Amino acid sequence: MGLCERCRKAQATFHLTNIDASGAKQERHLCERCAIEEGLVQIAKPVPDVAELLEGLVATGKSASALANIVCEECGISYVEFRNQGLLGCPNDYDAFEEPLRRLLERAHDGATQHVGKAPKAVGPRRLVIQDLRRLKRRLAEAIAAEDYERAARLRDEIRQLEGS
Amino acid sequence: MKPLDEVTRQASEWLRGVGPLSDIVISSRIRLARNVRGYVFLSRADADTRTELAELLQAAIRRSRDLEGLVHLDLERLDDLDRAVLVERHLISRQHAEGSGARRVAFDGNEVAALMINEEDHLRVQVMRSGLQLDQAWEQISSIDDALQENLEFAFHPKYGYLTACPTNVGTGIRVSVMLHLPALRLTNELEKVFQAAKEMRLAIRGFHGEGTEALGDLFQISNQVTLGRTEIEIIEDFRDAIIPRIVEYERAARTSLLKNRLHALDDKIWRALGTLQNARLISSSEAMQYLSHLRMGVHTGRLKNIELQTLNELFLQTQPAHLQKLQGERLTGEQRSYVRASLIRARLSRN
Repeated sequence: MGLCERCRKAQATFHLTNIDASGAKQERHLCERCAIEEGLVQIAKPVPDVAELLEGLVATGKSASALANIVCEECGISYVEFRNQGLLGCPNDYDAFEEPLRRLLERAHDGATQHVGKAPKAVGPRRLVIQDLRRLKRRLAEAIAAEDYERAARLRDEIRQLEGS
Repeated sequence: MKPLDEVTRQASEWLRGVGPLSDIVISSRIRLARNVRGYVFLSRADADTRTELAELLQAAIRRSRDLEGLVHLDLERLDDLDRAVLVERHLISRQHAEGSGARRVAFDGNEVAALMINEEDHLRVQVMRSGLQLDQAWEQISSIDDALQENLEFAFHPKYGYLTACPTNVGTGIRVSVMLHLPALRLTNELEKVFQAAKEMRLAIRGFHGEGTEALGDLFQISNQVTLGRTEIEIIEDFRDAIIPRIVEYERAARTSLLKNRLHALDDKIWRALGTLQNARLISSSEAMQYLSHLRMGVHTGRLKNIELQTLNELFLQTQPAHLQKLQGERLTGEQRSYVRASLIRARLSRN
């Protein structure tokens, strides 16, 4: 391999052959930096960003407008809103936007659409977790308002147990 | 802010310059993105929901085994300078620092583990170690994840795995990033080999501070893009067994070739860097990083004997704008910073 014909410093790794209208052949040998500076190559960008992926999707999708108008019932975001901001609104969007998302996921993840890594441990009865506190406290307030003191006492104990453990 | 005043005086764990291949591999970082089940993602969360999530996640962290005794900080109560210090130490992201609404961070005293609350996802856990220590980092972060899951349920889908606000992180939610110091490949103009190797494996290359930043001080961050359809271990193995050894070999070969064939050119770079750093009266952050990079190369090629690696690592961090102002105890303009930076470097390098 020879040196770059432009800077004469680095190894030439880009070898281009142009054939002009008259059929004359022109060869060029450049290093990566010079090739980039001459606008002959794009700077390496391994994975297209979300906006780009979405543009591609909408450009090729036959029912693009139908897909764009899908709305998630849980968070109220539409596919087109997601498309504009690049971020989903809630976990349910993965199901609500299943069809348009599938192609996006395939492109972003090398064709994969199925998770194979770590998963939550699901053994035994469901444990009480921190986010249950919010629900229990709300029920406690309801029980007190309804003067159901037996139920309130039970809820209070559950909350104490969760907070104290 | 007492704890931050103290932390600025020392280098973080990930900058200790120890661990396997530490002459080239600066640090190994693994991050997991998680969201709490039953809540909307942050783009749809109002102020109250964000606060509730922050409280809930903080409570879960406090209750989890091995996560007691973390430093918890409320980003809304920190000023911009303190937040910038956390960014420079890689404890939070720039996005987290500049965001709005309830945002918190928790990290351990050695700054190995950090948990960002309400960044792009509800929770982002990271573990950062010096040198190539991905297995240890994975073991630790997976155990933190398990501990958190005893107190929290994360949004998980049987098909798509852990659900994230951006579909590019879904599945494992893992981002593995290895920071490399590649001064010889830059000097010999062979960085394209690295870019090519990364491209072949669908890995992204970024500068020192991650997304959208330049490669200051010849530091490059390589990270995975694909998070779905491969296990965490497979993703880590790509780095540990394939890409990192290959790049390390390129850099070693470039260093050997400089020592053998272009010793005067190599020495010239190193000694000019030392001369500049020992004499400059005004120096910018990027210029300082470039010369510190050459000194680091000087130490690792055995050409510079009287400089401690520890000093260089501390200077890498402390010459950055927020650290400098924190150390000086006052806010400084750009030119004042250049002056203070040059003085700090001269003082440290003459002590050696």
